[in-house]
Amino acid sequence: MKGLAPRVVTAVMGAGLVIGAAIAQAATPQKGGELNIVVGSKIPSYDGHIESTFGMIHPIKPFYSGLIRVNPDNPSSPTDFVCDVCAGDVPEGTEGGTKYTFKIRTDIKFHDGTPMTSADVKATFDKIVFPPDGIASNRKAYFKMVESITTPDAETLIFKLKHPSGTFIPSVAMPFNFIYSKKDLDKHGYNWHQKNVNGTGAFMYVEHIQGSHVKGAANPNYHHKGKPYLKGYTALSAPKMSVRLQAIRGGRADIEFRGFPPKAREDLVKALGDKITVQESDWNCVLLVTPSHKKKPFDDARVRQALTLSIDRHSGSKHLSNIAIVKTVGGIVFPKHPLATPVSELKSNIIGYSDDIKSSIAKAKGLLKDAGQSNLKFTLLNRGVDQPYKVVGTWLIGQWRKAGIKVEQDVRPSTPFYASLRKQKDFDVSIDFNCQSIVNPIADVSKFLPTAGNNYASFSDSELEKTYDRLLQTADVDQQKTLLRQYEKRVLNDLTSQMITMWWYKINPHRSYVKGWKIAPSHYLNQSLDNVWIDQEEKKRHGL
Amino acid sequence: MYTYIVKRMLMLFPTLLGAAIVVFLLLRLIPGDVCLLKFGGEGGYVDPEQIKMCQLRLGIADPKVSQFFSYIGGLITFDLGTSMWTNRPVTEEIAIRFPLSLQIAIMATLTSIIIAIPLGVISAAKQNSITDYLVRAFSIAGIAMPSFWLGILIILGLLIGTQAYSGVPWMPPLHYKSIFVDPAHNLSQLIWPALATGYRYSAVATRMTRSAMLDVLREDYVRTARAKGLIERVIVNKHALKNAMLPVVTIIGIEFAFLMGGLVVTEQVFNLNGLGKLFVESVTQADYTLTQALVMLVVFIFVMVNFIVDLMYAWLDPRIRYS
Repeated sequence: MKGLAPRVVTAVMGAGLVIGAAIAQAATPQKGGELNIVVGSKIPSYDGHIESTFGMIHPIKPFYSGLIRVNPDNPSSPTDFVCDVCAGDVPEGTEGGTKYTFKIRTDIKFHDGTPMTSADVKATFDKIVFPPDGIASNRKAYFKMVESITTPDAETLIFKLKHPSGTFIPSVAMPFNFIYSKKDLDKHGYNWHQKNVNGTGAFMYVEHIQGSHVKGAANPNYHHKGKPYLKGYTALSAPKMSVRLQAIRGGRADIEFRGFPPKAREDLVKALGDKITVQESDWNCVLLVTPSHKKKPFDDARVRQALTLSIDRHSGSKHLSNIAIVKTVGGIVFPKHPLATPVSELKSNIIGYSDDIKSSIAKAKGLLKDAGQSNLKFTLLNRGVDQPYKVVGTWLIGQWRKAGIKVEQDVRPSTPFYASLRKQKDFDVSIDFNCQSIVNPIADVSKFLPTAGNNYASFSDSELEKTYDRLLQTADVDQQKTLLRQYEKRVLNDLTSQMITMWWYKINPHRSYVKGWKIAPSHYLNQSLDNVWIDQEEKKRHGL
Repeated sequence: MYTYIVKRMLMLFPTLLGAAIVVFLLLRLIPGDVCLLKFGGEGGYVDPEQIKMCQLRLGIADPKVSQFFSYIGGLITFDLGTSMWTNRPVTEEIAIRFPLSLQIAIMATLTSIIIAIPLGVISAAKQNSITDYLVRAFSIAGIAMPSFWLGILIILGLLIGTQAYSGVPWMPPLHYKSIFVDPAHNLSQLIWPALATGYRYSAVATRMTRSAMLDVLREDYVRTARAKGLIERVIVNKHALKNAMLPVVTIIGIEFAFLMGGLVVTEQVFNLNGLGKLFVESVTQADYTLTQALVMLVVFIFVMVNFIVDLMYAWLDPRIRYS
């Protein structure tokens, strides 16, 4: 009987997945209904250009459009982008990949009735790319390649780049690049959008009660005809994971977009059976181990290599994925992206990825002995958040113990954890993470550059910088792949400056009457909600 | 009496100043700041220039002494500043949450009084009987059981019970509506946390009522009343209860003040948008201005409730004269 429960859960869950997919394909979207979302984080401000939290994206993004976006019908693809306020297809670069000409739609209106033109899109990207002194822009660094933004007419927007770049289009598609009205920016200034909303999105702002909820109502003039299907939505703030879980179970919420751990998925499926649909995806977030190179003995590459060799990522993936939101083994690039190194290649070329863990541990012990660190002891700095930090941290300690390394864990709340990791840099070895919205491998791997603002390993390496500079300036995919392989080997093999543990795995169980929403490889993506609809008959079956 | 009130009012200022200094210093001892969290809390690219700009804008980079005087100056002029996380006035953030916390505190206090006083009196009047043992077990269970844990049990009980009964699981609403706007919604959300906290609160008050009553029932004037032939109900209700209320009122007052800002975990469990949840958020987000304002608010409530309790003593016991 003991072994039966998980099998039943899996079977029902599988049925839910299959049934959900079949209905989503077969059924015609229905108009009406309100979607109740639970959100686990708080809204700092409404301004996408300065914020970086999903706590803002989930409730506020439906009010805004972007110039382009991930394809809402195929969000799992990391390379499929479609126009949002532009017309036709996403443009290809011309003039050697240094010029991108977007045709802007002329039939779009802001929620206050003002028609949208290319001037609004230019004003938006001017604010993001070239903010005036004293004005914050959290994604300015992604657009360093942009030389100028011009609008020859009301329907055309041209980005002129300093050099070809493989990061440009994914950067434009980032969900934080809300299109603002030039009129609002001119009249109210650059900080107005922090507390006010006027977008062109599928939903219009109704109310926001701080710490409680945000309400949106369908935009009747939305530019994607026939959408949105929902009459409105309410995004309820619920910081505790257990509350979000019980809210879906108790019918107070229909969906949560960030993701639940495996146990929560099983609990929901067990309680509600086929009334729950589960969508799962690889997640563009990865947990890293960052040693401080300025601290002995972690200034010695042999010691760092011993640490990575002792980690059995393949068995970790198998076992940890039952209890934590990590699963996928990969290198420095999001594993499902075409530029990523396949696992087979990682196994043979990158240290710490071999299937033969016994041999890896023997090598690790040998390296430690050579470095005079056979009795290595250190403290692992970790963040006081269960999923997945503490779970993975505890697992790592067990892995290192097999190589004779004794590790204590120093778990701190987020604020002191960040202070130690990012400001004081006084740790021996720390858990670190890289979590991005759009899958933009070339931009994402900048994390491993010694000069990057978010690299806390405290080292320098001119070869890595040179390889990255070349990578930044090529739009040729084959060359990008070659350079990324070089870069990855330098990071993980030669320097072992940081170590990859496992990539996260996103699990979104939701009420089965919620249709049209498709999981993406990031909790920031595909949040416009214009494709989402409620199957009213199915909802009645749920007794709601 | 008036001299006493004025003296007590004047005592408010050093108490508040002391609390202000302590909270200011303690918060600055925690490494890190709101900008580090805001711009890098979710693991994306962190632009050091943006963090620096944020620290300058919020005054975090200013010398601590200048931050302190600016904070004290704000308190003196009743300007609590703006939240470092939301950039909205702190008074606005508190005003949104205050009605919910006040209502929970009132409901829990009423629950507690309704349970505690009759049970405490009965338990004392029937000392060492089965009833007394049952009341004592009930109250000890209430003290031993954390209210947030009881809250979790209530939610799970509601979900499982309603699913078993009707096939559709039910849980309390997640967002607050004023009792004047939608009483059914309001009560269906708040009755559960009020019961969970009120039970623990009543357990303390029941034990206090019982021991105070036992003391009073052994007094000479109670024996005299019995010798006069008064019936037991009159002795207990008219002569003993009022005199036994002094320590009970103190407990009720302190617990009420605690409920206004101290329901940190219970508010999380029931997802209540109250002052306790705001407290947790402000601390985890290193939002100094908001945390400082909340601490000062709770200190103020504690001081005022104590003051009111002291004044009630005179009414309850005419022998107490403040002059």
